Amino acid sequence: MSILVDNETRLLVQGITGSQGAFHAQQMIQYGTNVVAGAVPGRGGQWAVGNTPVFDTVHEAVNTTDANTSIIFVPAAFAVDALLEAADAGIKLIVCITENIPALDMACSRAYLDATDSILIGPNCPGLISPGSAKVGIMAGHIHTPGNVGIVSRSGTLTYEVIYALTARGIGQSTAVGIGGDPIKGLNFLDVLQMFEQDSGTEQVVLIGEIGGADEQVAADYISTEMRKPVIAFIAGQTAPPGRRMGHAGAIISGGEGTAAEKIEALQSAGVAIARHPEEIAELAALNV
Amino acid sequence: MKLHEYQSKRIFAEYGVPIPDGDIATTPAEARAIAERIGKPVVIKSQVLVGGRGKAGGIKLAQTPAEAEEVAGGILGMDIKGLTVQKVLVDEAADIRAEIYLGAVLDRGARKVAIMASSEGGVEIEEVAAQTPEKIVTVHVHPLLGMQGYQARQLAFGIGLSKEYIPAFTRIAQSLYRAFFESDASLAEINPLIVNGDNQLEAVDGKILLDDSALPRQTELASMRDPDEDSATETEAREAGLSYIDLDGEIGCMVNGAGLAMATMDIIKLYGGNPANFLDIGGGAGADKVLAALRIILRDTRVKAVLINIFGGITRCDEVANGIVEAINSLNVKVPIVVRMVGVNEEEGRQILADSKLPSANRLSEAVQMAVAAAKGESK
Repeated sequence: MSILVDNETRLLVQGITGSQGAFHAQQMIQYGTNVVAGAVPGRGGQWAVGNTPVFDTVHEAVNTTDANTSIIFVPAAFAVDALLEAADAGIKLIVCITENIPALDMACSRAYLDATDSILIGPNCPGLISPGSAKVGIMAGHIHTPGNVGIVSRSGTLTYEVIYALTARGIGQSTAVGIGGDPIKGLNFLDVLQMFEQDSGTEQVVLIGEIGGADEQVAADYISTEMRKPVIAFIAGQTAPPGRRMGHAGAIISGGEGTAAEKIEALQSAGVAIARHPEEIAELAALNV
Repeated sequence: MKLHEYQSKRIFAEYGVPIPDGDIATTPAEARAIAERIGKPVVIKSQVLVGGRGKAGGIKLAQTPAEAEEVAGGILGMDIKGLTVQKVLVDEAADIRAEIYLGAVLDRGARKVAIMASSEGGVEIEEVAAQTPEKIVTVHVHPLLGMQGYQARQLAFGIGLSKEYIPAFTRIAQSLYRAFFESDASLAEINPLIVNGDNQLEAVDGKILLDDSALPRQTELASMRDPDEDSATETEAREAGLSYIDLDGEIGCMVNGAGLAMATMDIIKLYGGNPANFLDIGGGAGADKVLAALRIILRDTRVKAVLINIFGGITRCDEVANGIVEAINSLNVKVPIVVRMVGVNEEEGRQILADSKLPSANRLSEAVQMAVAAAKGESK
């Protein structure tokens, strides 16, 4: 079992004819993901990455192929338009890989999406994978292995590092969700933790956070009051200086808030096991197996 | 990206916020000319992108044009927290009857813009928040609706503003929100917003931070960038498409991905070293970017060892390895370089690096310990 993506996923790739879109569509197909369509304005009627039909609009793609999930690879200037189009066409799960979308655009989009049935993951995220059934993202599929550890993370390559260590120890994953590094985004730690808590295929959860904001503290509240499954966490940026944005738009300690220390403290008092480095997560997870 | 006080205030003024009469000077003579034109006592304010200018002696009053020239001469060229003052703002000195704080900030938790006001203006809002949080009133603006009049009035009445100022305050608060929204700011502050001797509200100091992701569409604002905001190296890195931040340690790091770069820094610290920098080469970096990154890291004379940590995905290990070899051949490398490379094309990458005999490890913690030992002059 898994959350959000599985064998029922019928994936639409928005921007499938671009270099990133084409490459990753190919990778996702190879992994076994059911890629049913592409959408690129002006390219309708063509075929992409082998035998995937391309449509001019998302509505047309949904009407023809029953796509229920979309992944977005279009440039930042057009990404908001793409995700609103997906929501308007009734796509249930929208995964936005694109980075550098202005934060106020995301504030407006979220305000709109909250009034629809669509769920957004990202932007500026690696996507998500349920090992063995569906990969909707840009992560290297082969480092994953099916199992029952759920992973939720704000970062990309750091997550791969953790998964690599888990797989090396023979510990498989139910679903790994990269929620992205932007200040305003779709699903947050709290939302994904709630899904893992409900998922019969997930027995423990790894949370990978970083400096900036207070989402880890919100997660800690939920973990201490509602969650029964064990949680392990790692927070990146313990050595980050205040006031400097560490790559991700969301990774900044501002006004003394959002430090790694306060996040670690909140999680620790919620009973979360804290790893000192990413590889230690695998050792801690092994204790729960 | 940060804007200077004078840039921020000019933007506020375009949206109808009253600001003092003033102009920018780069020489004492220009400061004198501005003071002559104003014809009243002036305040000379250094324009540097750090806080605490007043305490550092970078803000001073001048009663006459001659004094303005002299004071500006003292402030221009001054060093404030490592930045040299290149410009001063010469503003008509304000007759301050009351000081208010008014600020707009992106509240990521609420996913809305928060507008905050306080009767305790003129001091850092963080200080007010820590000591007398009850003196801060906040409203959240729905991004699809914009700031409503009632919200501005909630702030005004909430901070106990007397009613003759309410209409002006409401206009200013709504102007600030529009300036924030239309500039793609992440912070816009008027501190203080004063009641002056003529019983008018006036913004005597201002600050704007812009959302870097929006700079491609905010071309006019982007052109206001002060190159002094970042170190020369940080500017060079930005132009090369690298995300780089200078730190104080002795171990240079080159990593792909911001989260992994931060984690790598943390592990260096965990094993007794100190990172010399944060450096994210981003996703899909080719040999050129790797070479540029190593050139930047190796130029830092404090660097005693370099740790390269690559988790291949979109970034291919063979590309990175080519960049490393190119760097070793073209740069005068005097410090040990430890390479840790896993993921896509790791075998090809290792082949390319085999001749260079660089110390390497598969496990991250092992690589970090090797780099820490190497920086201390020990081999491990």
